[in-house]
Amino acid sequence: MEAMLADTAWAVMLIILPLAGGITCFLWPTLSKTLGLITVAGVALSVAGLGRQMMENGVYRHAVGGWGAPLGIDLFADGLSLLMLIMTALVGLGISFYSRNYFKPQEAIWFWPIWLFLLAALNALFLSADIFNLYVTLELVGLAAVALTALTGHRDALNGAMRYLLAMLLGSLAYLLGVALLYHDSGSVDIVTLAEQVKPNATVWAALALMSAGLALKTALFPLSFWLPPAHASAPAPVSALLSALVVKASFYILLRLWLEIFGFFAEGAATLLGLLGMAAILWGSLQALCQTQVKLLVAYSTVAQIGYLFLAFPLASGSDSMIWGVAVYLAFSHALAKSAMFLAAGNLVRFGGHDRIADLDRVVQRLPLTVSAFALAGVSIMGLPPSGGFVGKWLLLEAAMVQGRWDLAAVMMIGSLLAAGYVFKVLGYAFTEAEVSHNAKTVPASMEWAALLLAIGAILLGFMAPEILSLTRMTVSSGAGGAAP
Amino acid sequence: MSNAFLYALVGVGLFSLGFYALIRHVHLLRKILAINVMGSGVFLVLVALAKRTGSALPDPVPHAMVITGIVVAVSATALALILMLKLFAETGQAALSDRRKE
Amino acid sequence: MNGSAWLPLLVVASALLPGLIIFALAEEKVYLRTALNLTGAFSKLLLTGWMLWGVYHGYQYEVSMPFLPGLDLVLRADALSLLFIALSGILWLLTTIYAIGYLEGSPHRSRFFGFFSLCVTSTAGVALSGNLITFLLFYELLTLVTYPLVVHRGTEAARRAGQTYLIYTVSGGALLLLGTVWLYTLTGTLEFKPQGILRNLSEENHPALIAVFALLIAGLGVKAALVPLHGWLPQAMVAPAPVSALLHAVAVVKAGTFGIVRVVYDVFGVDFAAELGVTGPLALLAAITIIYGSLRALFQDDLKRRLAFSTVSQVSYIILGVAIVGPLATIGGVVHLVHQGLMKITLFFCAGNLAETLGIHKIHEMNGVGQRMPWTMAAFTVGAFGMIGAPPIAGFVSKWYLGLGALEAGQHWVILVLVGSSLLNAAYFLPVLHRVWFRDPPDTWPAERDFGPKETAWALLLPPVITALLALLAGLMAAAWFSPLEWVRLIAQREFYQP
Repeated sequence: MEAMLADTAWAVMLIILPLAGGITCFLWPTLSKTLGLITVAGVALSVAGLGRQMMENGVYRHAVGGWGAPLGIDLFADGLSLLMLIMTALVGLGISFYSRNYFKPQEAIWFWPIWLFLLAALNALFLSADIFNLYVTLELVGLAAVALTALTGHRDALNGAMRYLLAMLLGSLAYLLGVALLYHDSGSVDIVTLAEQVKPNATVWAALALMSAGLALKTALFPLSFWLPPAHASAPAPVSALLSALVVKASFYILLRLWLEIFGFFAEGAATLLGLLGMAAILWGSLQALCQTQVKLLVAYSTVAQIGYLFLAFPLASGSDSMIWGVAVYLAFSHALAKSAMFLAAGNLVRFGGHDRIADLDRVVQRLPLTVSAFALAGVSIMGLPPSGGFVGKWLLLEAAMVQGRWDLAAVMMIGSLLAAGYVFKVLGYAFTEAEVSHNAKTVPASMEWAALLLAIGAILLGFMAPEILSLTRMTVSSGAGGAAP
Repeated sequence: MSNAFLYALVGVGLFSLGFYALIRHVHLLRKILAINVMGSGVFLVLVALAKRTGSALPDPVPHAMVITGIVVAVSATALALILMLKLFAETGQAALSDRRKE
Repeated sequence: MNGSAWLPLLVVASALLPGLIIFALAEEKVYLRTALNLTGAFSKLLLTGWMLWGVYHGYQYEVSMPFLPGLDLVLRADALSLLFIALSGILWLLTTIYAIGYLEGSPHRSRFFGFFSLCVTSTAGVALSGNLITFLLFYELLTLVTYPLVVHRGTEAARRAGQTYLIYTVSGGALLLLGTVWLYTLTGTLEFKPQGILRNLSEENHPALIAVFALLIAGLGVKAALVPLHGWLPQAMVAPAPVSALLHAVAVVKAGTFGIVRVVYDVFGVDFAAELGVTGPLALLAAITIIYGSLRALFQDDLKRRLAFSTVSQVSYIILGVAIVGPLATIGGVVHLVHQGLMKITLFFCAGNLAETLGIHKIHEMNGVGQRMPWTMAAFTVGAFGMIGAPPIAGFVSKWYLGLGALEAGQHWVILVLVGSSLLNAAYFLPVLHRVWFRDPPDTWPAERDFGPKETAWALLLPPVITALLALLAGLMAAAWFSPLEWVRLIAQREFYQP
């Protein structure tokens, strides 16, 4: 038994399982709900299995079919990938649990297979070892995400999805051109090989610019975030949660990987630029969120702002603090939990009152206490108040900023937190008050309330797991097998 | 200047042209075509740069990439087209509307 | 004493667990809810008593868990934390009894008592924090859990008041966070230690330390209602009376003040702070707040607002005592933490009784109310005289030590502030008392409720009478071994001015 656990190719399971699950859901739509949940649970178990293997053996590498680089495809996982896989599995579980009762039957038959494809693509992306595979998986993620956005077939959803698709394609083509240039320069697409060979020259700089711009577009870094609010706000709640929590993290992960391994060593100027855009994103996104009158749009703009925080890691890391990449991943993780909880809670509000106008929420705190608690707890993490994951991440960023004398970053972070408090409590304040127009309330299934609440609680609990998670991010190729131990 | 480099330059040119068209045009079909032109530009670059080894035989890896890329592009185009048709059926126009949800 | 290391955690849990259970209770389960509340309050008192005994005999209770890299969450009971815990424990019990009477039959009580317990939880956490990061955690938690209490009524006015409250407190929290992180980057530790943690820092860090001090004080000063950061307090009066009472006497305002005491004594060290030259400006700020609050109180017709401005003024006595620098002034300031709590909660209970029983909210409606509600108004009178500083009530003791301390430190201007503020206190309380006792009552009260032969419900009457008595006793028996004054002397000797 022990040996079986240790020898199973969990990483391969992570891709095969949801792929097979998705196809089965297509073939037997009536079973899709059950099959979907089972598949996602299986994926979560596989992540646990992979984590166990990596705790013992360190960084994971697997040549699919025994081909090996450069022609074959390698699967690769270090601490960073593992964290992203855990994040995907946890958030995916919560959202699947929620979706069980969310979709009408005619929507469910589409949701489950596409969601499982998305899951397969995400897992494959986080397990990719070369930049071309990253392109393919990124494209798969994008296509599945667009399809999910358009799921309801409403006018706004179609419009949002179309805009989303064009932005996605543009982003991936820019990235692909960058891949071509990098390959031309060093004759490899394998990240580890590239890390050894790439020296700064004109071609590499062009590749850097193209890849960063394309990925920034896909991650919705301000001002390339124009596509995000309409797409995220018009999609069904579980889909918005998937998009905000996981899909934008996928492209961010690639960017982070590239900088961590390849570009980070020479591109200080570009890092400064990314940091500036991050600061602008925090301010602009938060202000926009504060001005919204609808919960879902507010939450979507909050995503724009929170993505800004992730990009502050770039200038800080080039200031010689490599630990900061781990902090960015940690922050992305806690944002994923909190933001999915927020979108799911917003979905409950819409289901309950038939609308998401903030001013007409009408005492939902009494009528949907679990949902409002979920929103509030997720809000605590988004605002960066202790003891949540958001707090720990922002504390570490703030500490690094201060040590490096980057007062501008520190100031923007603080202002961002204040604005976040403003928009979170804008919703909560109206949740307590009586509205002029009362709505005819529909019931919300308990599983939908609990799914949101559990994810939010996860975002809080993450704050207590900082030492373990940060030590996990230090498990890299260079740290070898001992990387697991702090 | 080698032929390969010239091809690569043309590829970059196609990419830029497509980019311009993508931003400039309102009609969705033109936007989708623009994306395809951009894609072709990237593929041209990849194919051209396969000659980097200098030997008579080109590097097979970029060719494999192009084939994969074409498959991806075809599926993406299919999705874009069906979205456009749906949007047209829903709104009567094949363009993105900027009107926010009221 | 390994087994009892968990005591600080239990104290925090004693309020947390009932709170969490209460959230899940149905509205009509009055008895179960009351039982849970009282169990929590009594067990907290018991545990506090146990720790008081232990700390008096020299034990330390400490429990910690890892949190950030290099930073633990630490709960530790020392003499100062126990002072605050004991105060909050007693007042929680009384306020709970009061709130049960006050909210009888009103909606959303489970929610109210749930957040009420969480509020006490965070206060206990603030008191027991063993380092600045733990303090920060509970301080922010306090902001979050008091918000639902402020907006409890669910009216538009309540929402706006809540908004103001948040703008102030969240901004304060941000400044505190900034100061804390900065301090951490300078020192690498955030431990609370007698005489502070900064002695070993070199001279060149001093400007940065002054800035850190300013940030921390500004962050804490919001909750402590230091002028000009006091704006939220009068607005938060829209909350139900028990909330005002607890907010003003114990939880929010005191958390800020307690934080300032901690920062001055246990982070900077009072002598080091004086050396940096930051105590002078702090004393000045406190003095301005004292006078300004009293002046504003003078012109309020709304009883709760007058009391709110009086709080603004009175709380700064504590800060003044800290900033004068000297053992006697310290004693005067820190003991006022308790004394002001007892007196002010009495006054708020009485104001709540007037509103609840007779519908009186304004001072001009209080004519002759002493005849209708003699017990309530007697308690009110004790509280008011205490605020003025008349012997033998507790407030006198505080002011006496503050005066002595100022003389000892050679800061004679403080005497002027004390005298001036006492006169102002008299000017805004005595006319009220005159109305209450010596004017004729009107024919009908604004909205009278019938309580039979009693002047009001027992649950409403007992708490203010008890707190008034306690305020009286704290003054009368200030020299007894169990008085707050003696405990504060112990703190001053043991922690602040140990040789």
